[in-house]
Amino acid sequence: MERQPLVEMRSIYKAFGGVHALEDVTVDLYAGEVVGLVGHNGAGKSTLIKILSGVYGADSGRIFIDGQEVTIRNPRDARGHGIETIYQNLALADNLDAPANIFLGREIMRGISLNEDAMEAESRKVLNRLRISVPSLRESVLNLSGGQRQAVAIGRAIYFNARILIMDEPTAALGPQEARQVGELIKQLKGQGLGIFLISHDIHDVFDHADRISVLKTGRLVGTVRTAEVTKDDVLTMIIAGTLPGKTQGNAAVAGG
Amino acid sequence: MSVETTAPRQTPAEAPPPARFGRVNVFQRFAAWAGFDTRLMGMVAALAVIWVGFHLQTGLFLTPRNLWNLMVQSSVVGVMVGGMVLVIVARQIDLSVGSVLGFVGMVMAFMQVQVFPLEVWWNPLATILIGLSLGALIGAFHGYVVAYLEVPSFIVTLGSLLAFRGGAWLVTSGRTMAPLDTTYQIFGGGINGSIGATWSWVGGLAAIVILVWYFVSSRARRRKYGFTVRPLWGEFLVIAINVGFVAGFVQLMNSYPFPGTTVPRGLPVPVLMMLGLGILMSTVLRSTRFWRYVFAIGGNPEAARFSGIPTRRITLIVFVIMGVLAAIAGIIATARLNAGTNSAGELAELSVIAAAVIGGTSLSGGVGSIPGAMIGAVLMESLRNGMVLMDLPSALQNVVQGAVLVVAVWLDVVYQRYRRR
Repeated sequence: MERQPLVEMRSIYKAFGGVHALEDVTVDLYAGEVVGLVGHNGAGKSTLIKILSGVYGADSGRIFIDGQEVTIRNPRDARGHGIETIYQNLALADNLDAPANIFLGREIMRGISLNEDAMEAESRKVLNRLRISVPSLRESVLNLSGGQRQAVAIGRAIYFNARILIMDEPTAALGPQEARQVGELIKQLKGQGLGIFLISHDIHDVFDHADRISVLKTGRLVGTVRTAEVTKDDVLTMIIAGTLPGKTQGNAAVAGG
Repeated sequence: MSVETTAPRQTPAEAPPPARFGRVNVFQRFAAWAGFDTRLMGMVAALAVIWVGFHLQTGLFLTPRNLWNLMVQSSVVGVMVGGMVLVIVARQIDLSVGSVLGFVGMVMAFMQVQVFPLEVWWNPLATILIGLSLGALIGAFHGYVVAYLEVPSFIVTLGSLLAFRGGAWLVTSGRTMAPLDTTYQIFGGGINGSIGATWSWVGGLAAIVILVWYFVSSRARRRKYGFTVRPLWGEFLVIAINVGFVAGFVQLMNSYPFPGTTVPRGLPVPVLMMLGLGILMSTVLRSTRFWRYVFAIGGNPEAARFSGIPTRRITLIVFVIMGVLAAIAGIIATARLNAGTNSAGELAELSVIAAAVIGGTSLSGGVGSIPGAMIGAVLMESLRNGMVLMDLPSALQNVVQGAVLVVAVWLDVVYQRYRRR
């Protein structure tokens, strides 16, 4: 018997109006693993992760964390289960400073007052851990660089000891140097035993970081493959044609049924 | 080869602007070091120019009497403007505050004169409680329709602008309710509406003690966390400026005597209410989660929602606060007039919104400050007051005020652009 997945999303359905955004999608994620979610725009990647992060509710389907079935009704529930999301461009409130963003929704309080100083000190620590320097933490994040902003978003996730990290296009807004930093960060977090769902348009990105790749097409799961066992062309075929390359691993969850 | 390199990458909506360094001049550096807001200092400077300008024109502006009256005149707008800052920061608008002021004021005057016996101790208390509850209820209604039924606040409050003005008329079929209870009139800042020299100094000293304690304790806290602090002499300078301001203000309010006497009036009650609410909002409320969430919603509603912030509830509370503040303004306005009239607060929504915007509240949400908005309120009222002293016809006054609003917002746009580059 293999070890238990950290997360398992089983037979997820979701429709918006008459449009089936997700039909019978099943994915799983193990601790210390990166699973890439790929597919065209509208394939259902974002919908799937928004269900896991509590932004949407699924129409049907079950979610298991450590083998226990859980109900995720809102972002707070998701966080309660150690699920943190780093959104591409919805992550930060630009008008607030870095500590305010890192602690948004989970502020350190002193009675009824925000403990700004404690949050600033903790933010400094967590950003140092990511080896990202932000000169002034009291400045609104609008004035930070792309890499610094991404670090704030990631710092926000890891400060609260996330076990499951969802990264939606984490490098899309970044230059090559900053993208490399984020790549390092992903390795580091993986080494600490986090499970990471990585959503990306860039198949190089996915091949660099992911251990397995789940391909979605028009709301259905085409299949899940081990990165080491396929070529980029195989995955491209899955994305474009929606067919399996024929050498899928045994435990791949295949759409249908 | 990559899958979708041909397809345009989703460009992030907020491509980060280049960090701005090296553009700060000595003045800005001093301001940052001293903890002064450059914007606020700019407004104070604008206010000083207006005051001196009017004084040179009329010779009457910078007198204790006029400044005392100016503060009382500012209090109706000044009480409401803090709420409007929150509303606008949360990306909403409230066009109904003038009408709500009028309606609540009318209901209070009606209860006071027609329903309850006049000149009993509980009459003002009861009417004020009724007024505040009514304001909260109206605010909750606005908030509910905006946040839960998702009707745009512009429309909801535009509807209320009409409806409550009509409501104010309907309460008494247009009859004016007067005179009001004498105790109640204290809130208007009239002949019995100020606290005298001694109590003014007591209040001023209390404010000074709190100020000093605030500076000392925040310095101690920053040291504890190992953050940089100002040099000691700088700390003393900043404290001295603040203390000087408070003392100067009390002295000014104590320089206007009752007619035919040398007995100073001291701080007017409505001004105390305005200052008290402003200080309460910019200290206690400002340090709460609620405040942080209002700004987060204004900065990025999606991020706020994804962070688990109860955005609807926060929006509802913002409107409740606005409703209560409009009711308090209604108390001041009716008490000052010593009458409930159905036209009280007409066009007040424009002054309040203008004051908030002049005070640096951004209509695109997420940015605003209470002290700035209160200075904005005094600035708007200074224009009105000065133009009255100059005997300008009221039609012309409206033209000037409208123009000032547009110019102020244009200057703000320029300022924001400069800041971001």
